[in-house]
Amino acid sequence: MKLTLKIWRQKDAASKGQIVDYILDGVEGDMSFLEMLDILNEELVSKGEEPVEFDHDCREGICGTCSLQINGEPHGPDRLITTCQLHMRKFKDGDTIVIEPFRAKAFPVIKDLIVDRSAFDRIQQAGGYISVNTSGNTVDANAIPIRKEDADKAMDAATCIGCGACVAACKNASAMLFTSAKVSQFALLPQGQVEAAERVENMVRQMDLEGFGNCTNTGACEIECPKGISLENIARMNREYLSASIKG
Amino acid sequence: MSGLIKSSIARKVVMALSGLFLVIFLILHVTINFASVISPDFFNEASHFMGYNPLVQYLMQPILIIGVIVHFVMGFALELKNKQARGISYVKYNGGAAAPWVSRNMIYSGLAILAFLGLHFYDFWVHEMTYKYIEMNPENPTRYYAETVEKFAPFWRTIIYVISFVLLSLHLWHGFASSFQSMGVNNKYTPAIKSFTKIFAVVVPLAFVFIALYHHLNPITH
Repeated sequence: MKLTLKIWRQKDAASKGQIVDYILDGVEGDMSFLEMLDILNEELVSKGEEPVEFDHDCREGICGTCSLQINGEPHGPDRLITTCQLHMRKFKDGDTIVIEPFRAKAFPVIKDLIVDRSAFDRIQQAGGYISVNTSGNTVDANAIPIRKEDADKAMDAATCIGCGACVAACKNASAMLFTSAKVSQFALLPQGQVEAAERVENMVRQMDLEGFGNCTNTGACEIECPKGISLENIARMNREYLSASIKG
Repeated sequence: MSGLIKSSIARKVVMALSGLFLVIFLILHVTINFASVISPDFFNEASHFMGYNPLVQYLMQPILIIGVIVHFVMGFALELKNKQARGISYVKYNGGAAAPWVSRNMIYSGLAILAFLGLHFYDFWVHEMTYKYIEMNPENPTRYYAETVEKFAPFWRTIIYVISFVLLSLHLWHGFASSFQSMGVNNKYTPAIKSFTKIFAVVVPLAFVFIALYHHLNPITH
């Protein structure tokens, strides 16, 4: 395949970026999207040019590091995958592919396609944990009976890898799907009840402070999420938040 | 509680509650209006009751106006915050791949409905206020049907009303079910709420369209 790549290049956070066109030949359908970018970078390096910077780590869809807005969609045109799981067979010879960083005021660009997603870390730090005694007499979590349905839903919420596709897909750059998944994974379990009210209030407060937008229930985040995190979690977070706020 | 008032979730709940309140008002409005194509006498009676009952005039009417203002002011405020949250726009954004047009353009259907409300208030509310409180005309319980039919005589006004009702349909198509999600309701009843939303979003605006076209095509001959 011969492709035209329109890639966002930005020297650093303070610089103004722009789209730069590259022609890449010899791309095979079995390559992953990141392998295709590796080949482009090898060509750029061999020509003495600066390679395109992009985030990646596990390359098997579990770490949440890779990002990229590909032809207007986070993680590209396929569903329930991350960018590292996207294969070039999804594209045709002669295609033009626009590759941009995830866009949100709360995700500033560091360089080229790399954005700072530490806003998610701060939301998590605000309440995405449970206080457990780990000093040697830790109680076995399996000793507490939990309804199968609740355990399944908590596990589903916990599969969120915090990649930020929900923010990138949302027309409002809202982080409600991420925050609600992190609230839900504890709210559904008995271990999460002790700090439930403070958790949801603190995490929502931090989410708002980071400058993310408001959810308008378009459902784009759920569709684009590589882990299929459900909108049910946002409704649960809203219930938890209203209940916690009213009870004071 | 101060945190609650400032929070994004509380603002969405305000949008949802004011929207649902306006939905209830729409049901009342379309019911009375539809009487005008079935029984002009009943329409006159109902309109006269709404126009002169103190509870309706001095309690329900101000609450309705506040409801409309709260809904659109909060809608603007949220839209502004949401625009700022993106920062730099995408060169290519394929929003249609993951969310329907109606859900992504509520601000535009809402703005069109707001513009229509300006015309609608001028046509009926300003007329009523002038009739009752400026010209100090005596009560006339039989005037409403003729006045309503007369309003739909001009083709341009009928068309503006019909287009506005189509936009109202689009707004309701997303907004009605969305308000439940904002309030934290997403459970086994959600598919039923979504189905009812689609029926409601078609039937109510269609009834308004029918009423406007019916009166335009059946003018009172003197």
